[in-house]
Amino acid sequence: MALRSSITRRILSSSSPVHGSRSISSWWKHVEPAPKDPILGVTEAFLADPNPDKVNVGVGAYRDDNGKPVVLDCVREAERRIAGNMNMEYLPMGGSNKMVEETLKLAYGDDSDLIKDKRIAAVQALSGTGACRLFADFQKRFSPDSQIYIPVPTWSNHHNIWRDANVPQRTFHYYHPESKGLDFASLMDDVKNAPNGSFFLLHACAHNPTGVDPTEEQWKEISYQFKVKGHFAFFDMAYQGFASGDPERDAKSIRIFLEDGHLIGCSQSYAKNMGLYGQRVGCLSLVCEDEKQAVAVKSQLQQIARPMYSNPPVHGALVVSTILSDPDLKQVWLKEVKGMADRIIGMRSALKENIEKLGSPLSWEHITKQIGMFCYSGMTPEQVDRLTNEFHIYMTRNGRISMAGVTTGNVEYLAKAIHEVTKGA
Amino acid sequence: MQKKRVGQTEDVNKLKMNSSAADRRLSTVARHLAGTINNEGSSIFSSPTSAGVGDSVFANVARAPEDPILGVTVAYNKDPSPVKLNLGVGAYRTEEGKPLVLNVVRKAEQLLVNDRSRVKEYLPIVGVADFNKLSANLILGADSPAIQGNLVTTVQCLSGTGSLRVGAEFLARHYYERTIYIPNPTWGNHTKVFTLAGLTVKTYRYYDPVTRGLNIQGLLEDLGSAPTGAIVLLHACAHNPTGVDPTLQQWEQIRQMIRSKSLLPFFDSAYQGFASGSLDGDAQSVRMFVGDGSECFIAQSYAKNMGLYGERVGALSIVCRTADVASRVESQLKLVIRPMYSNPPIHGASIVATILKDRNLYHEWTLELKAMADRIITMRKHLFDALCARGTPGDWSHIIKQIGMFTFTGLNRKQVTFMTKEYHIYMTSDGRISMAGLSSRTVPHLADAIHAAITTVV
Repeated sequence: MALRSSITRRILSSSSPVHGSRSISSWWKHVEPAPKDPILGVTEAFLADPNPDKVNVGVGAYRDDNGKPVVLDCVREAERRIAGNMNMEYLPMGGSNKMVEETLKLAYGDDSDLIKDKRIAAVQALSGTGACRLFADFQKRFSPDSQIYIPVPTWSNHHNIWRDANVPQRTFHYYHPESKGLDFASLMDDVKNAPNGSFFLLHACAHNPTGVDPTEEQWKEISYQFKVKGHFAFFDMAYQGFASGDPERDAKSIRIFLEDGHLIGCSQSYAKNMGLYGQRVGCLSLVCEDEKQAVAVKSQLQQIARPMYSNPPVHGALVVSTILSDPDLKQVWLKEVKGMADRIIGMRSALKENIEKLGSPLSWEHITKQIGMFCYSGMTPEQVDRLTNEFHIYMTRNGRISMAGVTTGNVEYLAKAIHEVTKGA
Repeated sequence: MQKKRVGQTEDVNKLKMNSSAADRRLSTVARHLAGTINNEGSSIFSSPTSAGVGDSVFANVARAPEDPILGVTVAYNKDPSPVKLNLGVGAYRTEEGKPLVLNVVRKAEQLLVNDRSRVKEYLPIVGVADFNKLSANLILGADSPAIQGNLVTTVQCLSGTGSLRVGAEFLARHYYERTIYIPNPTWGNHTKVFTLAGLTVKTYRYYDPVTRGLNIQGLLEDLGSAPTGAIVLLHACAHNPTGVDPTLQQWEQIRQMIRSKSLLPFFDSAYQGFASGSLDGDAQSVRMFVGDGSECFIAQSYAKNMGLYGERVGALSIVCRTADVASRVESQLKLVIRPMYSNPPIHGASIVATILKDRNLYHEWTLELKAMADRIITMRKHLFDALCARGTPGDWSHIIKQIGMFTFTGLNRKQVTFMTKEYHIYMTSDGRISMAGLSSRTVPHLADAIHAAITTVV
């Protein structure tokens, strides 16, 4: 009793920090409030806005034509089969083997020799972020003197990932603001001028945030130059299937590199193409010289995962493997992916037409030339701020529009707003 | 030289016929070389750094050793013996030796699956808000002044491992003391988690092999000589691997020592409810510390007590002195999480939140939890009785005195190896056995193995 009342006394005296009655203050007094994440912070702001006309074209999460999030039918069916049937035991550190096998087929091809020859070290990862982070930590550990070349611009979290892995960053030219396309000449210069054996981060398809992808010919040239320089290619493939609607086509860049014999690394995510965002399902793979090396590399990747989260979450992996290992369900998925991609392609046309109809003096070709979930509009941060403040349209300040957030219901409003803030430009 | 290359073009066709792996690779090589011959002015064949089919940048990567704990299950799975017993990893098993999905978890999962309004959107970086609040309530007690005063920031993490790692990363960035003291022994993964986060790991005495109990004197001495402000890892209950917990009086001594040196406690709570069968009972140590108004870190896991192992559900709570500090700390935690995995997985946390917020489900859970804890306590008794019945030399009372999922048998490496080889018993080489892996049916086999090891291997 005495102990309790003495504790109570101390608590009461400690609950008034303003009076400074305690001589010990917080260990964390000096901790600065961190800046909001530039991407995820947008949705937070959107949710807080009460305006009925508000539009969220910020984060890259697919919406249907009613602006609603979508759970794919194939996913619902998979979950129906899983619920109550599976136990929830720990996966191995490298995750679900079944899921990884199916995932490798998507990236490397169903008949890939690399898969047959077991030359790919692969582990389940926490979506694309987790896969990139595992690779960055692995790169630091086993190529400690290396740097990572990152395209300008790129998904902002790429910088955070390699920074936290303590891998120094360099950039290479990518986006050409004047044409709102690819700055191919400068890109190739940067590839040539980088020291031999440099590590490059490449977006396999549907570049985020610009939507600008190299053509097949350009990919071939990049691959060739990589061979000459002995560079390492790390592909972040977060939108396979989402870009063209055809997963095989979207993997073309990777296949070109593989044809040329590159020993690539690859991050894959099911967040968008299977709508499994919050489940955090992905895969990291590294092509090795032989099976022995692949075993060694995989074991080392597991050593990085173990002190981070021990083993990856089972639910999302089960959903993926259930769908991909059932030919009928896989067909359903392929149709649904195409459906999503087609809707986005349709919205690109609609947005461009609507802005042009309003008599904009500017060129909006890039809206339909760019590919994937995002359109790099070319708008300035100030113009974006106007869109938010005057029109309650939410997007990242780099002018990136998530086309998935555009619907037949809001495309006119969006076009009007964009025209309004850019017509004087 | 030229002649040789022309010859290789012919070889390409021959090689294409043979489909073995090595030959496939050779044909690819030949194809490249053949291709470059036609490329006038191409310098590729003269470039020593061509990565076309050259060395992997990771050619020097050596194969890592098996994880000492998870590796046990790998070895167990390979064993064809019908009497094999897996007492390695701490995952609960029923009397029939099967994994268990709690009824209450099945119900919660069905509710979620049937709710067509549920979506799979990204969670906020800090996870499910309900889950966070309920988790803090669970460990601290809903009436805790720390919760009432908004002094606690709680973020959803990937089970216990993830919570520890995120907390440690935060400490390495924002705390002035980089040393963490962990008990000797402790869970095998602790050292790696803290080291990779950037902390320096030291140990404090904990287990007394002579008494097979707590070395309280050594513990207090070691904490007493730690630098001011050092971080101290404490197992909230059911110490892993020893099963040896301080008594409440001993916890009070520890608390006073820690406060007197301004050490920062970091609780690892992986077995709340699993140790004694009582959720509140198993949280007493944590509540005692939080109750004195000082700051601490708490890592919670739902792997065992809700059987959600593979779903990776846990929470990191940081109790701060003021609400303002708690809010700033939370914002910094997000910066640790975002470049690691962006946001946590939704499924497991949704199940937990569903159960914790529903009176009936919660009550059902407490019953199932008590049943698991009781079964383990019963297994302890059975094993103790079986060893006594065999007259196995030594004092085996620690089996019933230790608490939680594990028993630190006191068997040495050689004895463990013997038991694996001769009796197909799989356990970690430190002599730790998972009581959860035992059943009334298998206790005799284990008792026989221990008896044989003790009497024949020194």
